[in-house]
Amino acid sequence: MGVKTGEVLWQAKQKCPGLVIVPPDFKKYLRFSRMAREIYADYTNQIEAFGIDENWLDVTGAEHISGDGEKIADTIRQRVKSELGVTVSVGVSWNKTFAKLGSDMKKPDAITVISENNFKQKVWPLPVGDLLYVGRATKQKFANRAIFTIGDLAKRNVRDLKLLLGVWGETLWQFANGFDNAPIRQLGEESIVKSVGNSTTTVRDLVNIEDVKLIIYVLAESVAVRLRSHGLKCTTVAISVRNNELISFERQGKISTPTFVSGDIAAKAMELFKANYTWDKPIRSLGVRGADLVTADRHIQLNLFKCDQSDRESLERTIDSLRERFGSYCIQRCAMMIDSNLTGFNPKNDHVIHPVAFTR
Amino acid sequence: MSAVEKVFVEVTAKHDKEGKVRPLSISWEDGRELKIDRVIDVRRTASLKAGGLGIRYTCKILGRAVYLFDDEGRWFIEM
Repeated sequence: MGVKTGEVLWQAKQKCPGLVIVPPDFKKYLRFSRMAREIYADYTNQIEAFGIDENWLDVTGAEHISGDGEKIADTIRQRVKSELGVTVSVGVSWNKTFAKLGSDMKKPDAITVISENNFKQKVWPLPVGDLLYVGRATKQKFANRAIFTIGDLAKRNVRDLKLLLGVWGETLWQFANGFDNAPIRQLGEESIVKSVGNSTTTVRDLVNIEDVKLIIYVLAESVAVRLRSHGLKCTTVAISVRNNELISFERQGKISTPTFVSGDIAAKAMELFKANYTWDKPIRSLGVRGADLVTADRHIQLNLFKCDQSDRESLERTIDSLRERFGSYCIQRCAMMIDSNLTGFNPKNDHVIHPVAFTR
Repeated sequence: MSAVEKVFVEVTAKHDKEGKVRPLSISWEDGRELKIDRVIDVRRTASLKAGGLGIRYTCKILGRAVYLFDDEGRWFIEM
């Protein structure tokens, strides 16, 4: 009928009048995810989640007990089907990138094996967009340089790719060639976020407090957004400052109540800056970091003399959802208009945030 | 083809020291207490007919083999 993933309901109903709509049940989803992981745990202790319904398993050590990768994959596929009543698709390979790629190649209830002998035939003809972490933007950049398939990417000179995409270019080239050797985390080794920070080297040196204020607001907003998306609040704000002779320092201070409101973080950052910088040199780079994180929904000691925070918190959440729907620039602080050259960057999205799994 | 029904039932079970569970009888809708004569097989599986999943006890009740599912504490049978 032509109904696609992510389509809105009324459109889908137009295409398919008798459409039966089943409400999602996230709890059930989590439960099945957990049960599937319990099955995986029978074969290895190296299970790394990629989203809620995908996992990487390193079964290297289990070969003598449970058979080779393909055998284990088949057992898991059958067990999940009979014990949970849902189907899984498995990719078997010697690295994470190709395993993920393989799992997407044949669906549902199927196994794809990508070995060092056949990956050139199986993987290289695929469109480059199928490769993990090649999204729309990267795909476009590749298309401009006549890189259309994964093979095209693999055969390119890695130096050119580095010029095009920076370090990430080299990483993707390694993925395409099967050189990805990132380990799979052990169970329970999940990293815990200790702080959330952003920093930037500005397009021109900052010469007065106004410049600094603009940058700090941009950074504080990004930090605040990321805190909110992780469901965290910070109780300490830290700034890092580097002048044009590349001499840097860091200062930090506590705030009275945990917060993820950008205004609070920016105010504290400004206070720290004013107290610690003497303007003997212009500034080259600035950073803002929120540390001593606590979960956002925990109980807090209310301040007798300060008004309730929750209005400001919901205001910021509203801004988040506006930006999500209409883009980062649909709503911004008036100060951002003063010098858009200086503030026209988005620390959250412009920086490729390397997925933890690959960079650690 | 008649649709397979999922009927939730009250179960009397024995939980032993090892944490093993053995259902002993089920209370049927009409008030009868049906004794489970024998548990033939126990495995974790999905109920593809009735929908749902859990630990499936294949039980012999009144000479018939019946699938009794323990879905995390809620018991049902496939009819």
